Order: sequence, then C-alpha cells, then structure tokens
Amino acid sequence: MTSLLTYTFKNLRNTSKWALRFCVRPLSSSSQVQAAAASQTKSKKTLAKPNIRNIVVVDGVRTPFLLSGTSYKDLMPHDLARAALSGLLHRTSVPKDVVDYIIFGTVIQEVKTSNVAREAALGAGFSDKTPAHTVTMACISSNQAMTTAVGLIASGQCDVVVAGGVELMSDIPIRHSRKMRKMMLDLNKAKTLAQRLSVISKFRLNFLSPELPAVSEFSTSETMGHSADRLAAAFAISREEQDEYALRSHSLAKRAQDEGLLSDVVPFKVPGRDTVTQDNGIRPSSLDQMAKLKPAFIKPYGTVTAANSSFLTDGASAVLIMAEEKALAMGYKPKAYLRDFMYVSQDPKDQLLLGPTYATPKVLEKAGLTMNDIDAFEFHEAFSGQILANLKAMDSDWFAQNYMGRKAKVGSPPLEKFNTWGGSLSLGHPFGATGCRLVMAAANRLRKEGGQYGLVAACAAGGQGHAMIVEAYPK
Amino acid sequence: RRWLASSILIYFSYICRSFTRASALLTRTHINYGVKGDVAVIRINSPNSKVNTLSQELHSEFMEVMNEVWSSSQIRSAVLISTKPGCFIAGADLNMLNACTTSQEVTQISQEAQKMFEKLEKSTKPVVAAINGSCLGGGLELAISCQYRIATKDKKTVLGSPEVLLGILPGAGATQRLPKMVGIPAAFDMMLTGRSIRADRAKKMGLVDQLVEPLGPGVKPPEERTIEYLEEVAITFAKGLADKKITPKRDKGLVEKMTSYALSIPFVRQQIYKKVEEKVRKQTKGLYPAPLKIIDVVKTGIEQGSNAGYLSESQRFGELAMTKESKALMGLYRGQTQCKKNKFGAPQKEVKQLAVLGAGLMGAGIAQVSVDKGLQTILKDTTLPALGRGQQQVFKGLNDKVKKKTLTSFERDAMFSNLIGQLDYRGFEKADMVIEAVFEDLSLKHRVLKETEAVIPDHCVFASNTSALPIGEIATVSKRPEKVIGMHYFSPVDKMQLLEIITTEKTSKDTTASAVDVGLRQGKVIIVVKDGPGFYTTRCLTPMMSEVIRILQEGVGPKKLDSLTTSFGFPVGAATLVDEVGVDVAKHVAENLGKEFGERFAGGSLEMLQQMISKGFLGRKSGKGFYIYQEGVKNKNLNSDMDSILASLKMPSQPDVSSDEDIQYRLVTRFVNEAILCLQEGVLATPTEGDIGAVFGLGFPPCLGGPFHFVDLYGAQKIVDRLRKYEAAYGKQFTPCQLLVDHANNPNKKFYQ
Repeated sequence: MTSLLTYTFKNLRNTSKWALRFCVRPLSSSSQVQAAAASQTKSKKTLAKPNIRNIVVVDGVRTPFLLSGTSYKDLMPHDLARAALSGLLHRTSVPKDVVDYIIFGTVIQEVKTSNVAREAALGAGFSDKTPAHTVTMACISSNQAMTTAVGLIASGQCDVVVAGGVELMSDIPIRHSRKMRKMMLDLNKAKTLAQRLSVISKFRLNFLSPELPAVSEFSTSETMGHSADRLAAAFAISREEQDEYALRSHSLAKRAQDEGLLSDVVPFKVPGRDTVTQDNGIRPSSLDQMAKLKPAFIKPYGTVTAANSSFLTDGASAVLIMAEEKALAMGYKPKAYLRDFMYVSQDPKDQLLLGPTYATPKVLEKAGLTMNDIDAFEFHEAFSGQILANLKAMDSDWFAQNYMGRKAKVGSPPLEKFNTWGGSLSLGHPFGATGCRLVMAAANRLRKEGGQYGLVAACAAGGQGHAMIVEAYPK
Repeated sequence: RRWLASSILIYFSYICRSFTRASALLTRTHINYGVKGDVAVIRINSPNSKVNTLSQELHSEFMEVMNEVWSSSQIRSAVLISTKPGCFIAGADLNMLNACTTSQEVTQISQEAQKMFEKLEKSTKPVVAAINGSCLGGGLELAISCQYRIATKDKKTVLGSPEVLLGILPGAGATQRLPKMVGIPAAFDMMLTGRSIRADRAKKMGLVDQLVEPLGPGVKPPEERTIEYLEEVAITFAKGLADKKITPKRDKGLVEKMTSYALSIPFVRQQIYKKVEEKVRKQTKGLYPAPLKIIDVVKTGIEQGSNAGYLSESQRFGELAMTKESKALMGLYRGQTQCKKNKFGAPQKEVKQLAVLGAGLMGAGIAQVSVDKGLQTILKDTTLPALGRGQQQVFKGLNDKVKKKTLTSFERDAMFSNLIGQLDYRGFEKADMVIEAVFEDLSLKHRVLKETEAVIPDHCVFASNTSALPIGEIATVSKRPEKVIGMHYFSPVDKMQLLEIITTEKTSKDTTASAVDVGLRQGKVIIVVKDGPGFYTTRCLTPMMSEVIRILQEGVGPKKLDSLTTSFGFPVGAATLVDEVGVDVAKHVAENLGKEFGERFAGGSLEMLQQMISKGFLGRKSGKGFYIYQEGVKNKNLNSDMDSILASLKMPSQPDVSSDEDIQYRLVTRFVNEAILCLQEGVLATPTEGDIGAVFGLGFPPCLGGPFHFVDLYGAQKIVDRLRKYEAAYGKQFTPCQLLVDHANNPNKKFYQ
C-alpha cells in the first residue's frame, strides 16, 4: 500500500495538471490515507536548527479579497485590518494580553493612519500595552511583517507576534499639488491679513490639479504592467499561454472556493452592508472571451490584458506567529513552521518581476533542499506573463549563468504542485496582504494534501523579491 | 533650429563609417532572406563591419531579393530588418561617393537609388521597415520608401538625414518624400540641421508608425531577443497590412491638419521658402552650399512635381559631392572617426577611480563628463565655497539634461552619486588617475603634484590640464615622470568635443593609453601631441591672436573684426574669442610663448592686453572686455571705455594688406603656417590630428576642413603667395615654413592622398 502510494506521488510530477485533479481528490478524501502519505512517503529531515527557536504559525485568516470599489469601498484601511485581527482572535482564541507585538504591512498608506497596525489593533481590542508598527516593501510587505516577527521571536525579544497586511485600493490618498500645499502651509504661517492676502494673491488655477500616488516605478517611470509585457516578450511568452495560465488560476480558485478549501477566509460584516463571505474576483471565463480583450499596456500589439493580470483588490490578512514551545505550552496545535527565508533584489527596469527566480534557488540552498523536496509551491501571481517568465527563467541555464552567477538552473516547479488553489490573478492581490495569504495557502495545502515543505515566493515593485520555506507541522 | 557650423561637428559621430568591401564573388553576403508564412523576411547584415551601409553590393542584392518577393505568388508582404545590433542602415557607402571623379557619376548613383526606392514605394505588396539602431541618410531614405515603419524605442535608434553635415544632400528621394511625410517645416529642419531624431519623437512626427520597446534579458541576450521581437511584431503588421486590417495612414491632429491646409496655399509656401532661406544665409554666411541646394530641390519637387524634383535632387547631389566644402567636411568626418580610436591600445589597468583637483570651471567640467559616463570621481578643492560651486556646476549640467528630457531625474541622481566632493586627499590612495585643473601657475602645479604623489598609489596617472604650461616643466618635480601627462580640455568641457593629450619624452606608452582611454570614455575626440610651449592648439592660436591685436591697433573695430572672422567661417569672432578666453589668460599665454618663439609670435602690442587688465576688462568673466556682458542680455554692446585704450595704441595701417580679404588671410595664414610647422617639427604626428584639433578645439572653419585640408584643397602655392605678400609688409611673422614651401614647390605633394 505504501509503496503504491509513493509510486503514485512520484509520478504525479510527470502527469498533467488534469490528471492531478482526479488523483489528488480520492487520495485526500480519507484522512488516514493522507496521514499515511505524509508521514511515510517522506523521509525528509526537518529544518530545525540547533540553538535557534522553532517558530510556528498557529493559524491565519484573511478577510474576503474583493475587487476595489465593491463592498469595502466606504471603509478605511484600518477597518479592514481590524476585521482581520478580530477574525484571528476569534479563530485562535488567543488571549489578547499574550500578544507581545503586532506588525502590519501596507503599500499605499492612508495618511491619517500611517501606522495602520496600531490603529487597527486598538480598535480590535488588543491591549493598549501591545506595541505595533507598520512596514512597507511593496507587494511583499506582509512577508516583511512575518519575517520581522520571526526575527523578534528568534532573537528572544518576543514569544507571540501577530503579523498581517492590509490594502484598500478603493480609496487612495490623492494630494493637492506641491504648489498648492506650499501655499496652504505659507497661509498657515501668515499672521496678519496683509500677509495672508499676499500669499493668496500667488494662487494660480493650475495649483488645483491633483497629484495621484505613482502607479509607475519611481526609478524607471515605467508602470508594472508595461514592464510585465516586456518581460513576457523577453521570454517569448505568447498571449495564448498567458490567457491559458490565467484561466487555470481562475478555474483552480473556483474549485478551491467551491470545495471550501479556502479556509483562511473569515466572513466580514461590513457596516451598512451585507456580510461578505467570499472572494469576488474569481471569474473563470473562456479563452475565446479572454482573447477578445485589447492589450492594456503596450498598445496595440502587447500581450498583457486585464484578464491575465491581477486586479486592484481590497483586503486584509493576519497570522499568529509563536515560538513553538510557547504555542505548545498554550495548548495549540500549530499549522506550520516558518523556516528559512530570503530577500533579493535586482534590476528594476528589465527584471522588475523576476524576484522569485532569484530568491528560489537561494532559499533552497540555504535550507539544504532541492526543488524535488517541495510539495506545495505558492507563488504570487502579479501577471500571467510574470509567472510564466519566472518559470522559464528558473528553467534556463543561460539565465542562471549570465544573470544570477550560478552554474546551472534551479529548475521549474511542476505545475501540479503550483498554486493549485488559485493565486493572486484570481483570488485578488491586496498589495500589503498577499504575503500572509501565500503562507496560509501553503500551510493549508500541506495539511490537506500531505506534504512536508512549501515554498512561498513573490516579486515586488523596486525589483525586489522574497521566498520562504514553510514546513508542515507534524500531526 | 541651428545649422551653425559648430552644430555640424556634433553630429558627425552618428554617421556611418564606410567599410572595406566584401568579396563580390559570394552571393548575398549582405542579405539573408526567408519566408515566414506569406511574409518575406529580409535581414540585412553586412559582413566584417560594425554597421550596414548602402553599398553597391547591398543595393543589388536588395534589388534581387525584392524582385523575388514581387514575383513569388506565395508572398503577400515583406519585412525589412537588420540583424546587426545597434544599426539598421547607417547611410550610404562614402567610399562609393569618394571613388567618383565627376558629378555625372555621382548623379548616376543617385538616380539608380531613386529608381530602386521608387519601385519599392510603389510595391503592391506592403513592405514594413523594422528599425533597430541608427537609420540615417540612405537608410532613412530606404525606410521612408517602405509602406510602414516600426522602430525600437531604444536610445540607439535614431533617424535622420545627416547629409548636410557632409556638405551634400539626401540623394535618394528624401528631399521629395520627407516633406510629404512629416510636412515641409519638419522636413527642412531634418535635412538642414542633419539632427538625429529619437524613435519616440519620430513616432510623434509621423516618421515611424509603431514603436517597439527594447527588451531585457530572457533566455538569450537582450539585444538579440529585441531584434527577434521586433521582427515578430513587424510580421504581424505586415500580415495586417496585406489583409488590409491595418492602414498605413495615420490620424493627424488638429494642428497638423491646419498646418497642412496652410501649406496647400502657394503664398504660404513661398513665405516659408523665403524665411528658411534667409535663416540659412544668415547662419551659413554663404560658406556652405548644401543647405541652399536642399531648399532649392525641395521647392522644385513641390512646385514643379516629383519628376522635376527627383531630377533636381540627383543633379544637385552630383554637384555638391564635387565641392571643396563637401570634401573638407567628409575629410573631417573621417578624421573624427580616427580620433575616436585608441591607437595606443588598452591600458594595463582600466581607470575606475578618478580624482580631479580644483573645482573651477574646468575641473567641474571634467568631473561632469566623467560621472555621467559612470566613472567614480573625487572632486577636490581647498575651500568649501569653491567646492560647492563646482558641485553645483556638475549638478546643473546634469539637470539641464533632465529639463531637455534626455535624462530622467533618477538617472541624474545616480550619476551625481558618482561624484564625491572633498577638501582633503582622503581616498586618493585608491585613485587610478588624478587630473589636476588648478590655476595656471607653475609653482602651484608643482606643489599640487608633490602633494598628490605623496598619497597616490604607484600605478596612478597624474594628468595636468593646462593650456600652455609645458608638461615637461611640470614633471620636473615628479618622482615618476613616466606617469605624468597633459590632458588639455577645452571650455566648456561638456560641450567641446576635443581633448588634446600631451606626452613628454618620459611619458610611458601605457600612461598615454590610459589617458586616451579615459578621454574616449568621456566622449572626447582625441589628438595626441608632443610636449612643447603651447602644445599644438594654443601654439596655433597665439600668432593669430597677436595678429588680432595688431589689426585692432590698425583701427579695425572689434565688431568689424568679428564680422570678418565669422564670415570666413569661424564660429566665434576673433575679438569675442579674446573676451571668452579671458584677457589675462591671453596675455599670459602670449607672453610665455612670445618668449619661446620670439619674433615669429610678434605683431600686436601686448600693452593693449596689459591696459585692459589694469582696467579690469578681463572679458566675459569680469563682465567687460571688448564688449559688455550682462546676465540675460543677448545682444552685447561694445565697451566704450575701450576706445581710449585703442586710440592710445593706434598704429598706421598698410593699405595694400588691409583689405577685408587681406585681414582675413593675415589671420588664417598665420594660423595655418604655425599648424604646418607643428607637423614639420613633429609636435603633431599626423595632419588629421592637426585638422581635428584646429576645428574641434579652436573653431577653425569646418567648411575649410582644418589647416591641412585647407592647404590641400586651396593650393599650397596660393597660401605661400599670400604669406610672402604679408611678409613683405610685416616681416618674419609671415615667413612660410619649410614644409609648406615644399608643398608649394611640388603640387603633387598633399597632406591627404
């Protein structure tokens, strides 16, 4: 029986993703079978390191991810963050005063709540004695929140940290122009009526034109979609391939949603609106429909369209991270270990979105693992073209040798292990909140499908990237 | 809209260089042709050359391939692309033109090209030109004969008609097609300035139809994949055109529509011709025949129809190619190409860390042209205000490019970070080269050299930026004279292309190689000369300046003198030049060199400069010289306080050598004679370097091609005759040098064969 199962698992890599669907379900339908698969097919070591505390994710939740401008549109970011925190409290029943620290990631900051972690924590009823700070690192902001937590625990500063992320793209801080701001500030300083009038007299109509938060990369002035289109072209990825991949993401997400696999989602009663229970961006379409869309960035012949890009999303996520001994002492059964992680950065012009390619081999090497050891890949899907480019880059010796200074390629992850419950393309991508979703998806998949190691990877604006090994917590 | 002589120089570098002919025996050495579906893909890549040029072989291979395309029933459209990185077609083969001895031959070449491009233009199967890299001259004429153009939005992709800079005109239809394509004013601008147009601007003008973004790395090198991608995109457009899903016509904006309406009125057109012609006449002073012919040919085509236009284009093209001006300009172009190479080979150690001493105008300028090429540079001065001024100059130089949108603010910041300003010698222990640009004072230079040698590593080169102090004398205090060299930059450093490198007897070859390498990286055109008083450039200029003073003393006013020199082709008038250089500097140099060379450098009285200095008239930098300079005032006025000085030093003029023409030749012949003496004495290694130094550093009229081209083209005998005439009036200052006399005695002797 065991050998039969091992055989099946090994061969999965070579079979198509469709075959996988029919295989995995019968396998995972019985928990005994699954447990057997998890404990007996793997003879892998664990990644525990001597003299370093083991760090675990007890559990994690997220609000449903919604298309911007839908049910969350009247909220403020800290409202969404608060919903994630409350959901986490409810899910884990962690006593509020046990939490030593709270860290949130966010990208587009609401100026009124620039430390959104603190505002959300206070509102969620955490102790006002629990400090909180906010980090930002573009699309890997909540990854940074989690790894900051890992650092705090590993160094013995804390035992229990809540990490999360939030993004509310329905409302963004649109500013007055610099000239207008300067005039308003001068007006503030003016004491007498004469001074005020003299300031006001400098007003010109063009002062009123507003300043939007930059959508383009600051260093290169290129928008991310434009860069993704060029990246896809550089790796010769066709429009059809991109559309197919997007369709795969939506189909897998739909199935995961229908089968109730997205267990990290917690319902959110939006004030003045109905309770939101699930993500609303999952929309499997047909290739024909998708083919009708015009390119969104490089016109008229580009390949990146609205259908094969991630969409503007509102959402928040939070995870409870603890030192293993603390979690066990409190009677928790953690979901996963957080193991080695890696941040990388590269040319923000031509390799803006190749972070996963750079981070993956490095984190595997650091952990002493190979691609074959990974059972669940959770990669952030900014664009179909970006994912496919990363897969090709990881599979190219030429790229590894000429751009990464490596002897050989790391290899491309097998698709049957890759984002099998959907990804950012379909579930949505609230910039600051995606990292925690990736970690929870990897942890939940490992539990459900019975594997030991998950690899989380993401690209971020600024030409940066991140990868982390998530190890299933033994049952 | 300048077509000043000086602007001619700037654009040379873009023009193609002709290459050695490949064997004609092999079939299709330049073109590789294949069919993808129903699209013919014609790939150009001339062998053994960095660029593609429209040579006769390429021409005939292209014709052959096009005939196949037209006759094949399988093919419905075509893509024309170059697989050579950074170059579509850089222009016509200049050797092809130079080989012609009569204007008829040149006209015939033009007519053949016209015929080929006309056939291409009338092709019923659409041809898409896929442009990556330079698309200039004949290359542009080919591209605009195609039905559709797609260009990469790369910095290297530039389109233009630089023929005017070589003293000729676009001879393969551009004078007829460009006005229709981009409108008459824009066409005149392109053809009369020769400016290169970047792809994004070309798209706005309607010169190209689509842009393709350059790609980064994929599974092959970025340049290679970009060309592939360009080809893929071009193929989809070629198919679209053949299927009539895409039309080559573009939507014109309102302004464009109104302009083209206005230009349909003959009266408006006449006004434009008139205006443009006036402007050209004013700026070229009638010294350059090509711009006027271009106007004439365009006018003929528009007013009398294409046939007359093409005929006129080919005839004028033939005529222009035979002019002295064209030969001079082409010679300069070739010379410039030669002076962009390092004939001393690669240095043993590439300079990575540069240090510049002195943050004055020159020091900061040198720093600017270094940091913007990615060279780590320390800028050192002795006081914070002086250093701050220098740093601001560098920042302003870079920021001006941001304003012109040739740099992004981010690139500016990254470049500016390459500059480290400091007041001490910290970090000099890692410097690979130090360029000193301190005040021109021998004892100060000695002190600086000793201070620097105490802190720099053994391999570090010490270069001195001086315009007249002999490098050998500076090097006397050096512990390692083989590492000491002169690097004479010209002001303003970021605009002037020339760098004069001065080697002493003791300078090692590797030191020279290193200096040339740095200069080339700074984007300079380089001449390498031997050490001596005034080196080459300053030495040629000084006798001319001496003559300037004499002419002023003889009662010719500064304005008149300026107009005489500019009408001879100098970009800056002689009196203005003294103001620009600085009266104190001019006097300092004149005195020093006067001592060295004695009577040959005599002429005007240095008393004039002395009096100017004592009154504080130091030229532009002090606000007063021969003219008055005010911030923001464009037209400068004569400094009336100079009248008394000029009156007090007045000398009688000699009527038989004081006609306008004589005055011009008194100036130029002294310059030329000294230049040839420099070659005779071995200060110059080649006539080419002499011409390049004179034109790019001193503004010698480009239409004359430099002193050596001038002697070749106008005849040594004529110049010797002039010199003898002036010698009779003024004495030894005009005695022709032996080498010049040799050339006069033997008409077959030429500096350029």
